[in-house]
Amino acid sequence: MKARAEKLAQRILLVIALSAISSLILIALFIFKEGTPIMVKMGLRRFLFSSEWEPQAGLFGIYPMIVASLWVTLGAMLIGAPLGIAGAIFLNEFVPKTVLRIVKPAIELLAGIPSVVYGFIGVMVLAPLIRNHLGGPGLSILAAAVILGVMILPTVISISTDAIGAVPNSYREGALALGATRWQAVHMVILKAARSGIIASIILAMGRAIGETMAVIMVAGNTVKLPHSVLNSARTLTATIAFEMASATGRHREALFAIGVVLFVIIMLLNSFATVILRGRTTRA
Amino acid sequence: MRLVSPKWTQRIAVGVLGAATLATLLILLFIIVFVLEKGLRTICWNFLFTDPQDMGRAGGIFPTLIGTLLLPLLALAVALPLGVGTAVYLTEYTREGRLTRIIRFGTDCLAGIPSIIFGLFGFIFFVTILKMGWCLLAGGLTLAIMILPTIIRTTEEAIRAVPYSYREVSFSLGATRWATVVKVVLPNALPGIVTGVMLSIGRCIGETAAVIFTAGQALHLPHSVFDSVRTMSVHFYILAREGISAKNAYGTAAVLIISILLLNVTTYWLMHRFIGRRT
Repeated sequence: MKARAEKLAQRILLVIALSAISSLILIALFIFKEGTPIMVKMGLRRFLFSSEWEPQAGLFGIYPMIVASLWVTLGAMLIGAPLGIAGAIFLNEFVPKTVLRIVKPAIELLAGIPSVVYGFIGVMVLAPLIRNHLGGPGLSILAAAVILGVMILPTVISISTDAIGAVPNSYREGALALGATRWQAVHMVILKAARSGIIASIILAMGRAIGETMAVIMVAGNTVKLPHSVLNSARTLTATIAFEMASATGRHREALFAIGVVLFVIIMLLNSFATVILRGRTTRA
Repeated sequence: MRLVSPKWTQRIAVGVLGAATLATLLILLFIIVFVLEKGLRTICWNFLFTDPQDMGRAGGIFPTLIGTLLLPLLALAVALPLGVGTAVYLTEYTREGRLTRIIRFGTDCLAGIPSIIFGLFGFIFFVTILKMGWCLLAGGLTLAIMILPTIIRTTEEAIRAVPYSYREVSFSLGATRWATVVKVVLPNALPGIVTGVMLSIGRCIGETAAVIFTAGQALHLPHSVFDSVRTMSVHFYILAREGISAKNAYGTAAVLIISILLLNVTTYWLMHRFIGRRT
């Protein structure tokens, strides 16, 4: 009796445990089912690399959006990655542990602030600054990159902090015993040992930046044109979906789902990459 | 030979790294102070507890407050049993192997999926194919999938932190695995699970892209789970984007920030009590 109840509990738990992976498969299935027909009809190359996006005329080329997403993401990485990694190093190696315990929750708070609030700050504070000092419309790739750079900070800092914290203390002590200064120990020993975790944090942050929607839609300016400078207004892949979904029907909607497919593939590639890197670290340690 | 001595490189490095950390914290402080400074004046009893008028140009935010409360509750009602069940299975009922690797990989991937994709999925699956329409239920189910990885991970961590000797004592008293999980493991892991719940509520409150396409944006009180609702984040987005009312937008943003602050402080406090008791 007891044993049978036990068996039943195990079966039910197994079914439950498959919920996450089945949700993932379900999501992939429906996004692909809605999105791939138009890609096949148009030809993948024309969909990805033509620059005409005119839904009314039946023209669906997402090249300008891909370029905009790339620029915004790269910009965000240029700002967020160095700042985040610097923060992680400083908090781990140069201040007492109590400071880390106080500052880490504050940085997690940064992750909790809704993306619409980031977008709003971008519109009210950053865009006017850029318009007045650098020119252009203000709502631009640069504005979006800066806002996203701040938004990915928590991801970079928390994963890098874990990676640096996981470096065995004996490495530090060894370097210091050889007469290295703390900074020499950091950049010659600790950063090398924590490299894979730091790279993973950057890749995951990149996924967040490409996928971010609401902040970008408010700040980037929404012009579907191939951008020529960071001061141009532009529209990313995610922003296009969010912007046009409400009014889209028929082939237009299919095209938006096709953008979803592109995003999904990019994100899955980045995630798998990060997982492989992180797993490599744990098996080696 | 050297341009700068190691001692000075060290000083410069500490300066630069410290400045970067300080910059991060100042940005955080700026965002909070900016929003509160502009929005706190708007918040009063009437703003919180009356209906909006004229699309939100005047009046309060009461229905969006209720929407923001109900949506995470519904999402949790679905995600909490699934997430805790998954974590229990991974830690107590199986060995590490191909299956656990697949489950973990699925969880990690789900965690990385951007909210707009959840919105697209919820829209096509719950709203369109299952014919729910824009409603509380569709939004809640979509958010449930979104927060599932957080619940799984935090619960798993919390369960792993329960010392193995607790289980051995329980087994030696003749308890079954299931009884041990329910009476020994989960109660001891509770603070960690609560942390995961709080984090998830925070994500739901701040979410916009996944909510706007599944729960809709109706500006009235829902009567059932099949009614459309508007959350504070969506309301704020609409007010700000369409330039309906800057004053009410700031007010809503301030309420949002205060909710997130309260959630985070409570979580922090809970975690500290948890750690304090352990050591």
